[in-house]
Amino acid sequence: MAGLPRFLAGRLIKAIVILFAIVVINFLLVHAAPGDPAMVMAGEAGAADPKFVEQLRQQFGLDRPLLEQLATYVSHVATGDLGFSYRQQQSVWDLLLARLPATLVLTLTAFVFALVVGIILGTLAAVRAGSVSDSAITVLALLAYATPIYWVGLMLMLLFSVQLGWLPAFGYETVGGGLSGFARMIDIGEHLLLPALTLGMFYMAVYARMTRASILEVRDMDFVKTARAKGLSHGAVVVRHVLRNAILPVITVAGVQAGHLIGGSILIETVFAWPGLGRLAFEAVLQRDYQVLLGIFFISSVMVIVFNILTDLIYSLVDPRIDLAR
Amino acid sequence: MQSMNFWRAYARNKGAVIGLLIMAVVVVLGLFAPLIYPESPWDMVNAPFLGPMEEGSLLGTDTLGRDIASGIAHGARVSLLIGLTSTAVALVIGVTLGALAGFFGGWVDDTLMRFTELFQTIPNFVLTVVLVAIFTPSQGSIVLAIAIVSWPPLARLARAEFMALRSREFVQAAITTGQSNATIIFREILPNSLSPLIVSSSLMVATAVLLESSLSFLGLGDPNAMSWGYMVGAARTVIRQAWWMSFFPGLAILLTVLALNLIGEGLNDALNPRVARKGKA
Amino acid sequence: MNAVAVSSSSAPSPVTAFPNRQPLLDVRGLSIALPPSADRELAVDALTFTLNPNEILCVVGESGSGKSMTAHAVMGLLPVPSVRVAAGALLFKGNNVLTMSEPEQRALRGGRIAMVFQEPMTALNPLMRVGDQVEESLRIHTDLDRTARKARVIELFAQVGLPNPAELVRSYPFRLSGGQRQRVMIALALACEPDVLIADEPTTALDVTTQKQILDLIRAIQAERQMGVMFITHDFGVVAEIAHRVAVMRHGKLVEIGTADEVLNRPSHPYTRQLIASVPHAMGDRPPFTPAGEPLLLAEGLHKTFHVGGGLFKKGKEVTAGKNISLTIHPGETVGLVGESGSGKSTLGRSVMGLMKPDSGRLLYKGTDLLSLDRRAFRPFRREIQMVFQDPYASLNPRRMVGEIIAQGPIAFGEAPAQAMARASELLTMVGLDASAAKRFPHEFSGGQRQRISIARALAMGPSLLIADEPVSALDVSVQAQVLALLDDIRHRLNLSMLFITHDLRVASRVCDTIAVMQRGSIVEMGPAAEVFGNPQHPYTQSLIDAIPGRGWEIPADLSHGEGVSA
Repeated sequence: MAGLPRFLAGRLIKAIVILFAIVVINFLLVHAAPGDPAMVMAGEAGAADPKFVEQLRQQFGLDRPLLEQLATYVSHVATGDLGFSYRQQQSVWDLLLARLPATLVLTLTAFVFALVVGIILGTLAAVRAGSVSDSAITVLALLAYATPIYWVGLMLMLLFSVQLGWLPAFGYETVGGGLSGFARMIDIGEHLLLPALTLGMFYMAVYARMTRASILEVRDMDFVKTARAKGLSHGAVVVRHVLRNAILPVITVAGVQAGHLIGGSILIETVFAWPGLGRLAFEAVLQRDYQVLLGIFFISSVMVIVFNILTDLIYSLVDPRIDLAR
Repeated sequence: MQSMNFWRAYARNKGAVIGLLIMAVVVVLGLFAPLIYPESPWDMVNAPFLGPMEEGSLLGTDTLGRDIASGIAHGARVSLLIGLTSTAVALVIGVTLGALAGFFGGWVDDTLMRFTELFQTIPNFVLTVVLVAIFTPSQGSIVLAIAIVSWPPLARLARAEFMALRSREFVQAAITTGQSNATIIFREILPNSLSPLIVSSSLMVATAVLLESSLSFLGLGDPNAMSWGYMVGAARTVIRQAWWMSFFPGLAILLTVLALNLIGEGLNDALNPRVARKGKA
Repeated sequence: MNAVAVSSSSAPSPVTAFPNRQPLLDVRGLSIALPPSADRELAVDALTFTLNPNEILCVVGESGSGKSMTAHAVMGLLPVPSVRVAAGALLFKGNNVLTMSEPEQRALRGGRIAMVFQEPMTALNPLMRVGDQVEESLRIHTDLDRTARKARVIELFAQVGLPNPAELVRSYPFRLSGGQRQRVMIALALACEPDVLIADEPTTALDVTTQKQILDLIRAIQAERQMGVMFITHDFGVVAEIAHRVAVMRHGKLVEIGTADEVLNRPSHPYTRQLIASVPHAMGDRPPFTPAGEPLLLAEGLHKTFHVGGGLFKKGKEVTAGKNISLTIHPGETVGLVGESGSGKSTLGRSVMGLMKPDSGRLLYKGTDLLSLDRRAFRPFRREIQMVFQDPYASLNPRRMVGEIIAQGPIAFGEAPAQAMARASELLTMVGLDASAAKRFPHEFSGGQRQRISIARALAMGPSLLIADEPVSALDVSVQAQVLALLDDIRHRLNLSMLFITHDLRVASRVCDTIAVMQRGSIVEMGPAAEVFGNPQHPYTQSLIDAIPGRGWEIPADLSHGEGVSA
C-alpha cells in the first residue's frame, strides 16, 4: 500500500496534537474547579493529609506562574506520570493499566456483538422492507435505542441471575473458583455475557437502523439497475452489488464510534461490578479522586484515536477509491 | 394552508402520533406534579419497601419510605427541563459555529472544524462525568456539561446545510442583487436549513434526557432534584428485594425517550421536502 | 389506434435487408399504470410499434412522454409494484415477454435484449473492477470458462474503442471518464451478442465531441451485427444523425411513426411539427451585428487557476479555468461563450459577476477596472451586470413569494418596497407571466416559467449587461424555444448586451451575434457567428462543429420560422 508510512506519520502527528489538547484541557479543568488546585489534585482522601498536599504542590509547581505549571504538567504526562491516587495508594498509570484489559474485553465483545447482530438485523429488515418482520425489527431497534442501558442491565440481571439463576450477576470470574484453561474461559464467558449484551444493545440498534437505511438507499442507485439489467437474480443483485456498497459506510461509522463504548462501560461496569476502567471511574467519582478521573479521561481518548486510525486503515483496504496519501 | 399540510403529513406516521400522546402525558405530569403530589418527593410519606398498590401507594415506596409515583411525577419536570435547556444551549453553540464555518469557508471553516473534531474524539459520557464531577453537580453544571458534548453533531449539520445552500443558485442570485451577508444568512439560508435542524434537535432532547439520567444514576445528578436516574441508582443495591424501585423510574425514562424519538421521526417525515425534481419542464 | 396522423409503420425501412422477417420487438397496446399519487393515470397509453432487425428506431419525446418507461418495461425493469403494466403485450421474436416466467425473462435480460442507461457516472458498481462487471454478464448467459471470459472482455473493450484494454479491465470505475464509462456500458450490453439494444439517452450526459464518438460507435456496431437498436432521445439532431425510423411520443401516446426521411422532412402531426420547429437554429432574418461606440465590457488577460485536493502531506492538482482570456462586448451585442464541460466558460461568467475573483488581469466595464474595486466600491456595479442561472429549480428561494424575489434587488439598493413590487408585476407581464404570479411560490411554476421569473429578477435591477449561464440547458426543447425567443425579444427591446454561456452550438447560433469558443481555459477562436460557423479556423472549433449531430439535416422551410406553441 503506497501511502501507508505517510498516512501513519500524518495520523500520529494529528494524534499527538489532539492528546496535547486534552492534556491542556485536563490542566485547565483542575484549575477551573472550585477550590485550591492542590486539594483538587489530591482528591478527597488525599486532601486530608497535609503532607501529601504539600508534596503535590512541590511536584507540580502549583505556586508558580500558570504557563510554567502547564509545562510541568505536560512533562509529567509525557513521562507517563498521570498522578498518584492517595485513596488507592497506587500511581494512576498503574491503576489504569491494571483495569484496562477487563474493559477492553468488555467493550470489544460488546462492539462485535453490536456490529454483527446489528448488520444482520438491519439487512433482514431492509430485504423484507414493509413486511411484518421489518416492522418488528424496527420497533425492537427503537426500543433498544431508547432504553437506558443501566436499567436494562439491572432488569436482565434480575431476570437471568436472580430469578432464573442461569448467569452470574457480578464480577469477572467466580472468586476462589480456582479454574484454569478452558473451564476458566467458560466461566469468564458466563460473567461476560450479560454485561456485553447490555453494553452492545444500544449500538446494535444504531447499526441495525443505519444498515437498513443504507441498503434501501443503495437499492435505488443506478448501478443496481445495471446489475438487474444483466439478468441477475434478485438474490444475486442484493448479495453481490447492494450489500457490500451498503455495509461499507456502516462499518466506517461504527469504527469511529467504537471508542465511545467506553462511556457506556462506566455504567455497565457499575451495574455488574465488572473490574474495569468504568468501575474505576465510578469509584473515583464517589471518592472524589480527580486525578484518576482525569487519567481515565485521557486514556479513553487514546482509545478513540486508536480505533479511528484502525477504521481508516480497514476502510482504505476495502474501498478502492480511497487513496491513503490524501 | 402550509401548517395544515404539515400536520397531515405528521399524522401519517402512526408512531409519531403515539409519541406525541406519550409526551403530552409526560408534560402534563410534570406540569401538574405539585398539584397531584403536593408534598416534596423527598418526604417520607409511608412505610419503606412497600410494593406497588400496597397500602395506598400506587407504585410502592423506596428504601426510605418515599413515594415512587410522586418521584416519577416530579422527576418528569427535572428530565424535561434539563433535556430542553441543554439542547437549547447546544443548538445556539452548534448552529452558530456551524453556520459560520459553512458560510465563510476558508480558514474560518478549517479552524472551527479542527475544534469540532477535537470534541468528537473525546468519548461523550466520559467527558460529562469528568465535567460534572469536577465542577460539582448542580443544575447549571449538568446542563453545561451535556450541552458541551452535544453541540458537535449540530455544528456539523449546520455547516453541511450552510455549505450546500451557499452555493445554491438562489443564494448566488441574492449576492448578485446586492443583499448583505446578514440578509443572506437570515433570509435566504436559515429558513431553508431549518428542517434538518429541527429534527436533530428533537432527537437531541432524547439523548440529553438519557445523559442526565445516566449522570444521576452514578450519583452525579442535581442533589436537590429527585430525578428518574437517581431513583434507579438509589435502588440498585436492593434490586433483589425490591424490583419495583428501579423498574418504574426506568420505564418512565424509556417511554419519554421513546416518545421523543418517535416525534423526531414524525417531524422528519413531515418536514422532509418530497419535492420530486421533475427535471426538464 | 390513435386518431392522429400516423405514418404507416409497416413501410419497410430502406436499410432493412429482410422486409418480410418477423419484427424483433412487437409492442401491442402497451399501457403502463402509475401509482395513484402521480399526476396522470398512465405513463404509457396503448402504445403500439415494432422494432425490426437491422435498424435503428429513435424514440423521441420530451420529459414525461413515457419513452423511458417503455424501455424499462421491455427490459422488465419497471419499479413494481408502484409502476406496472396495465395492459398490452410485448412480443420479442413472437413470444410475449410479459407472460414469461421470471427465469425466462432473466435469460432474455442482458442476453438477448440489452440496455445502456443515461448516466454513465453512476451506472457502474464503484467497488467492482470494470472488467469483472462485464464478465459477470458472460457468466450468467454463456458457458464460457474463466479464461475464455476474460479474453472476451478484453476483446469487447477493444471493440468499443477503449485504450489499453488489457490494463483497463482491472480498473475501478472512478478512474474512467464519463465517455469511457459509457463505452464500458456498451461493452457490457454487447457482451452476449444480443439481438436488441435499447439505449436510453446514452449521450445526453456527455460532451458533444464525446457524444459524436459514442454515436459513431453505436452506428458502427449496429451495422456490423445487424442488430435492432431502440434509441431514446429528446434531441432531433441525434435523430437526424442516426435514425432509420422515428417514433414520436407525447404524454404516453405515440403520435407519429415513420421513416427518418418522412418524419424529419415531412412531419404530419402538429406536435411533431412543433418539436421540429423548436429545434434551435440560426434565424435567417437576423441582421449582422455592427459594433458601435465604446465597448461595454473589455476583459484583458484574465487568469484563474483552481487548486483541487491536497492536504497536509500531499500537493493538490492545479486546474486552469482561465488562461489569458480577452473578450470584448459592445453595447447591444450578444456574445456567445461556447465550450464543453471544463472549458472554463462558467468561471468566466462568474468572474464578470463578481462571484469569483480571477488571479490576474483586467475587467474594464465602461472604463472602470472591476477587479481593482473592493466589495463596497463594486456594489453600484451590481445593478449594471445581472445573471440568469442554469437550474430553474435551484435559482429561486423556495420559501419566498415570486414578487418578493424579484423586488429584493431594487429594495436592497434603496427603492421603496411598494414601487419595487409594482415594477415586479410589470416585469412579470413583460416576461409572459400573469401579474398574479407575484403572490405565488416558486414550486407552483414549471421549469420554463421559473426561468422567466429569473429573467424578470435580473431585469428588475435595470442592467446593461445580462449574463446568461446555460439558461435553457435544463429545459425541454419546446420550452427552450420560447425562453430563447423571450431573451432575444427583451434584449432588442431594452438594448441589452448579453454574454450567453452554453455548450450547445445550435442554441448559440439562435441568439448570438458573436461567438467565442473556449477550450481548457483559453479562447481559441472568436468572431461573428456566421463566420465561426461557416468558416471555422481553429481545429477545435472545427471538431466542435463537426460533432453537432445531424448537421446535414436542414429543418423543413415551412417550420424554420415558428417559435413553437406554448406547451
